[in-house]
Amino acid sequence: MTYIRPNFRHPEKDRNKLGYSIRNYEGALSTLCAGCGHDSISAAIIQSCFDLNLEPHKIAKISGIGCSSKTPTYFLGKAHGFNSVHGRMPSVTTGANMANKDLLYLGVSGDGDTASIGMGQFAHVIRRNLNMVYIVMNNGCYGLTKGQDSATADKGSVSKKGVPSLFDSIDLCQMALQLGAGLVARSFSGDKKQLTPLIKAAIQHRGFAFIDVISPCVTFNNTPQSTKGYEWVREHMEATGTIDFIPDRSEITLDYPAGSSRKVTLHDGSELHLQKNGTDYDLSSRKAAMNQIETVKEQQKILTGLIYHNETKLDTHGKINTVETPLNALTQDELCPGSTVLSELNAKLR
Amino acid sequence: MKPTDITDPDYFHKVVDCQYACPSHTPVPEYIRLIAAGRFNDAYMINWQSNVFPGVLGRTCDRPCEPACRRGRVEEEPVAICRLKRVAADNKTDIRDRLPEIPKQKNGKKIALIGAGPASLTVARDLMPLGYEIDLYDDQSKGGGFMRSQIPAFRLPEKVLDEEVNYILDMGVVTLFNQQVSSLKEILDKNYDAVFVGTGAPRGRDLPDLPGRSEGDANIHIGINWLASVAFEHVKKIGKRVLVLGGGNTAMDCCRTAIRLGGEDVRVVVRSPKSDMKASPWEIEDAMHEDIPIYENHNPKAFISEKGRLVGMLFDVVEPVFDDNGKRTLVPTGEEVMMPCDDVLMAIGQLNSFPWIERDIGVEFNDWDMPEVDKSTFQTSLPQVFVGGDAAWGPENVITAVAHGHQAAISIDKHCHSEDVRVRPAPDFNLVSQKMGFHDWLYDVHISDDERNIVPLVDKKTAIADRKLEVEKGFDFSQGYEEAMRCLNCDVQTVFETDRCIECDACEDICPVQCINFIDNDTEENLRQQLKVKATNLDQDLYVSDILKTKRVMVKDENVCLHCGLCAERCPTGAWDMKKFLLFSAQAGQDRSSK
Repeated sequence: MTYIRPNFRHPEKDRNKLGYSIRNYEGALSTLCAGCGHDSISAAIIQSCFDLNLEPHKIAKISGIGCSSKTPTYFLGKAHGFNSVHGRMPSVTTGANMANKDLLYLGVSGDGDTASIGMGQFAHVIRRNLNMVYIVMNNGCYGLTKGQDSATADKGSVSKKGVPSLFDSIDLCQMALQLGAGLVARSFSGDKKQLTPLIKAAIQHRGFAFIDVISPCVTFNNTPQSTKGYEWVREHMEATGTIDFIPDRSEITLDYPAGSSRKVTLHDGSELHLQKNGTDYDLSSRKAAMNQIETVKEQQKILTGLIYHNETKLDTHGKINTVETPLNALTQDELCPGSTVLSELNAKLR
Repeated sequence: MKPTDITDPDYFHKVVDCQYACPSHTPVPEYIRLIAAGRFNDAYMINWQSNVFPGVLGRTCDRPCEPACRRGRVEEEPVAICRLKRVAADNKTDIRDRLPEIPKQKNGKKIALIGAGPASLTVARDLMPLGYEIDLYDDQSKGGGFMRSQIPAFRLPEKVLDEEVNYILDMGVVTLFNQQVSSLKEILDKNYDAVFVGTGAPRGRDLPDLPGRSEGDANIHIGINWLASVAFEHVKKIGKRVLVLGGGNTAMDCCRTAIRLGGEDVRVVVRSPKSDMKASPWEIEDAMHEDIPIYENHNPKAFISEKGRLVGMLFDVVEPVFDDNGKRTLVPTGEEVMMPCDDVLMAIGQLNSFPWIERDIGVEFNDWDMPEVDKSTFQTSLPQVFVGGDAAWGPENVITAVAHGHQAAISIDKHCHSEDVRVRPAPDFNLVSQKMGFHDWLYDVHISDDERNIVPLVDKKTAIADRKLEVEKGFDFSQGYEEAMRCLNCDVQTVFETDRCIECDACEDICPVQCINFIDNDTEENLRQQLKVKATNLDQDLYVSDILKTKRVMVKDENVCLHCGLCAERCPTGAWDMKKFLLFSAQAGQDRSSK
């Protein structure tokens, strides 16, 4: 029986700037089906946090219910975690973020958890621009209850059961754009070259960062006619550009032919380099992004990569003007300034 | 890169580092698993088939397998393969009923073996079951050759050696002991169908021109001759102050024997720095454990005698100087050191010596006055004469001699059947899936994380007091089990089937050592640079698949693969499987019996 991963790691694998090895970012051994796309996303999260030299104990991973929401067990074993109620990940994250804004909030959800039961929560957390990373592991079906079509299953897509989906699907990226998310991206679990820099960018982004990751369900939704299967997605991906994440103050210089690439600078100084491929639009324009998603969709393709980026909006804390100190670190003295201050305040209102 | 051809047994054989490094290609992981399962007789027989002397080698082997062991790259210390072999030998019961049957009806071919060491005995072991009649010549009174005369009893008890030599002699070998062969022509005149020369490298190097050599002769001994005299009990004591010259394994045996025969101030003196000593690290350790000092950078200058008796030696203190090409010269510092002593043992090398082979009978000799021997057939220019072991190309070790013996036996068998000796038989191998169920394998994937076990020793004082008392106690059953569980099962191969792969990356993600990659194909040089962890160990191959649907290829760096099976367990389509690769090198008569 192998439910245990050996403890040995590659002896030549580097440690990051904190002196941690990749093992310090791993979690328990996955119990998802063999070949599940979610495991690849977990691996990309592990790699991103390792590369960004994040301290695991300064990350909170929060999830709802579903196969996707099980994954936080399988990465960042040393981080904080809250496996919450179905569809309620955004509320729990909001609460945690209000109490301690110093942590990195990594919300993990699925298409059921987000596009069905949690749709209301999803809408409002975006509207508030909560500073978090919101990753949807999108497989177009309810894997945990044996693969019924979910709200993101495209019309006509055929899962293992063999019956085409009757209803129009919800495009979560379009919703996120519509509701005002500052960073919107779509990727594919089978393309870590694209996914990992996107996760890094989402982590560095201040405000709400949304990544819709198409993640095939090998057990129930990986037929050749399924638009969320490995084969179909590979054949129909259309990237906005090849992407490289350049951490802040990095000395790495990439050479692109002039005019063929563009830079997206994040608030901490790190950069995303996008190598253009044919189609070109203004990444900071919501309208252009919406347009592009629709245009590509009309060609029976899926737009992936960084779709929209705009970091000018204030996040929730900025909007409600909280103090610099995280609220959970405020002491009794700061919260209750005493009767003198109270009477002065009362005097003003007399 | 082109896709890896896994139908070539050499590819997977190379992945089993220990077996590949073993001159006689013992299937190491297979017998280690049998030891863990408590199946000592089976473990012993696997060894016996490949290396003929498991009990002897489990104590004295030069263990080329251990530096090769993958565990040494993953962790620090390799699996104690050699001492595990001893566990099998120590714990087995009577295995005589498992030895090959010797045909009553002989095949009419008669072979002479000159020298009764491991090479000759291996030839006998391989040919007797095929119906050959064999005459074994040796100048000693018992079989075993250098295993008997040079390996001290405190490292290799006589009982162990006798047992394994007798398995072979009891096959009906005609032993002609106490007979010094002084003419190959005489032997050839007896009309043998083939003659095998396994006479070792019997001449110890001397320092004939060093001043004072002849004057002190009575107390200056050639190491290997002295060890033989001790083994056959012609010599029972030595002076109190002994200098051992040389830094090889013979020197280590000499010094440790000397302290057991009354030596009180025994010193090893080497010309070079300690770090350049030829002895195996563990043999140096054993000598140091017995408090024998090693003096480095001392170049012998003269033997000093007074009143016709050796009283000491004079040394030049040197220092190693390296030129631009890295070539070392030992440059005298000007300092001289006098070491008083009663006896000197010279263990500064061994030479081959063939005064008994006539130069005009058709065996060609080369510029170094060694017979010309073919590297793969062991045949000389006289077709019916074969040479192996140390006699072929100079001093090696027991396991190499055994490997030579196997190959020479194949050649002799072919020669006697008028077949082309240059056509070598293919090894016998198979590749069998280990899958039992969803998370179940036929092998135990849960390896031990513990460090290498240390072999328990007899108390030092007791050990030194008795020349014949074996110093190492060997692993007991539970230590043996623990050590066996450190083995990574490198013979259980990760086998990839391109057509089944859906490129879900599950294997790539789960691999604890990140050795699996799905990337664009390139030249080997470039691929090695582009892997998730660069493949810097050029001795280890890259396993490359056919072109996948996405036009990429799967590239696996074999270097530190743990053979844990997680890639196969996480694979949804069975593109990966864990298959046990069991290879036995070809032995004499093998391809004939299957025809």
